[in-house]
Amino acid sequence: MTIALWVILGIIVLLVIIVIAMYNGLVRLRNQVKNAWAQIDVQLKRRYDLIPNLVNTVKGYMQHERQTLEAVTNARNLAQAGVGKGAAERSKLEGELSGALARLLVVVENYPDLKANQNFLALQEELTSTENKISFSRQYYNDSVLRYNNQTQMFPSNIMAGMFGFKGGEFFEVAAPEEKVAPKVSFP
Amino acid sequence: MGLGLLLLAVGYFLGLYFFGSPTGGLVIALIVWAVMSLVAYFQGDSIFLAMSQARKIGRDDFPRLYNLVEEMRIASGLEKMPDIYIIDDPALNAFATGRGPNKAALAVTSGLLQKLNRDELQGVIGHEIAHIKNRDVLLMTMAGILLGTIVILAWYATRIMFFSGMSGGGRRNSRSGGGQGQAILVLVGVILMILAPIAAQLLYFAISRRREYLADASSALYTRYPEGLASALQKLATSDVQVRTANKATAPMYTINPFQKRGMSVENLTSTHPPIAERVRILRAMGGASYADYERAYEQAKKQRLLPASALAATGTVVMRAARPEAVDEKVEKAARVRETSQALWNLSGYRTIDCPCGAKLRVPPDHGGDTVKCPHCGRIHQV
Repeated sequence: MTIALWVILGIIVLLVIIVIAMYNGLVRLRNQVKNAWAQIDVQLKRRYDLIPNLVNTVKGYMQHERQTLEAVTNARNLAQAGVGKGAAERSKLEGELSGALARLLVVVENYPDLKANQNFLALQEELTSTENKISFSRQYYNDSVLRYNNQTQMFPSNIMAGMFGFKGGEFFEVAAPEEKVAPKVSFP
Repeated sequence: MGLGLLLLAVGYFLGLYFFGSPTGGLVIALIVWAVMSLVAYFQGDSIFLAMSQARKIGRDDFPRLYNLVEEMRIASGLEKMPDIYIIDDPALNAFATGRGPNKAALAVTSGLLQKLNRDELQGVIGHEIAHIKNRDVLLMTMAGILLGTIVILAWYATRIMFFSGMSGGGRRNSRSGGGQGQAILVLVGVILMILAPIAAQLLYFAISRRREYLADASSALYTRYPEGLASALQKLATSDVQVRTANKATAPMYTINPFQKRGMSVENLTSTHPPIAERVRILRAMGGASYADYERAYEQAKKQRLLPASALAATGTVVMRAARPEAVDEKVEKAARVRETSQALWNLSGYRTIDCPCGAKLRVPPDHGGDTVKCPHCGRIHQV
């Protein structure tokens, strides 16, 4: 009889270990999602900080492009003010800022003096990189949400998720113009 | 793991012969393995870096490279930025090293920085970051140690057997009796001792090649743009410059086989890297950017499986991003890259740069005594 007892004990211990592992896995994935969201914020903020510098560098060379520059500054201020708002609203504001920046960079092509300026080139690299980082951090956030959602919905961890209140995450949808192929800049 | 089992088998038979106790042999094999592992673990990455004369760079030394690495770090979910090094070498190659994701280093040759455009460079860096994230360096080090241990043990075993003869081994194990069973065991042991090192080597190289494919797949997933890495690999394959400081020990760490032109065959079983043409073909055959897409392309080309089913489950569809608009002038962009790279290298060596109004660029060496320097073209004096 004692052998059966040991077997039952062994099974219970095994189950406990499995439950702990599943719970920890869910916690880890949920934290990854939170972390990834914070990372998006970090990159967006970096963009806000870069833009005034960019506008100042460019202003001297592009005196006739006041409207384009103003559009960029306004879009940036609006986006920064929207930090506390929900994901859909922020996504829209950030998309508009990306659009304004893209238009500015297209206009810059007409100013060869500006394009040769070392400061501007360094800033352009930073801006390009920041745009990439925003898009990668969004990508990573969506990947994390997918992993987390999978874990909360697939068997057997969905039982665990239900018991302990792990809900899925929301994907960060983007309607920004930069996601499509940018128009080719052609010279006459 | 095949190599691990092989080691245990070798240890078992060693013990059977020489100590009458197989567990004794196993213990000895494990002790040898443990000692070698500890040594390799703590030696770390500094040896590779010192051997390649790599120089560490910070964010301001080379912003474009630093930014690319940071972008890949974000896309892969690595927690800590790896240390970034530049190797002053016209050859095109890159490597990753380090114990694990928290203590990793990544090195790129200056030739690579000059010749590849942003997307291609990002593909290569994505590949290296994938090595870091998947702990490939640790894996290959462990595998290398297992291989070394097996070879050492098998060599000693065959040597001793040769000198002491079969009968000696048989006599020591008389406790179990039954000559027939004993002879078969002896025979199996002998065959194992001879074949083990060969099998271990083949396994080692097979593992290395598999991890390379996996790193390619991960790079495509992070960048969402497999064409970047494919195009970079093509440029690497057609370049004909050799990496000066590569040798057999450091070969597995590079992006492509650094010996491809030296006449060492690169496409057989003893190669650490899969053939580049194959890698490029698989990357270009991908329909999306997920692991499932890579697996599909891989199976199409090689008729074998690469990734386990668990890695492919529930990856969802991952769309490749569109190609960026081409640079307006490829030559101008390339010239800018070359200038940027050589400027960074001069700075790293401690040289200061002064732009003279006559158009000349003066490079002041770090050991320049005195606080003025004269321009060799126009004769103007500049303050250092």
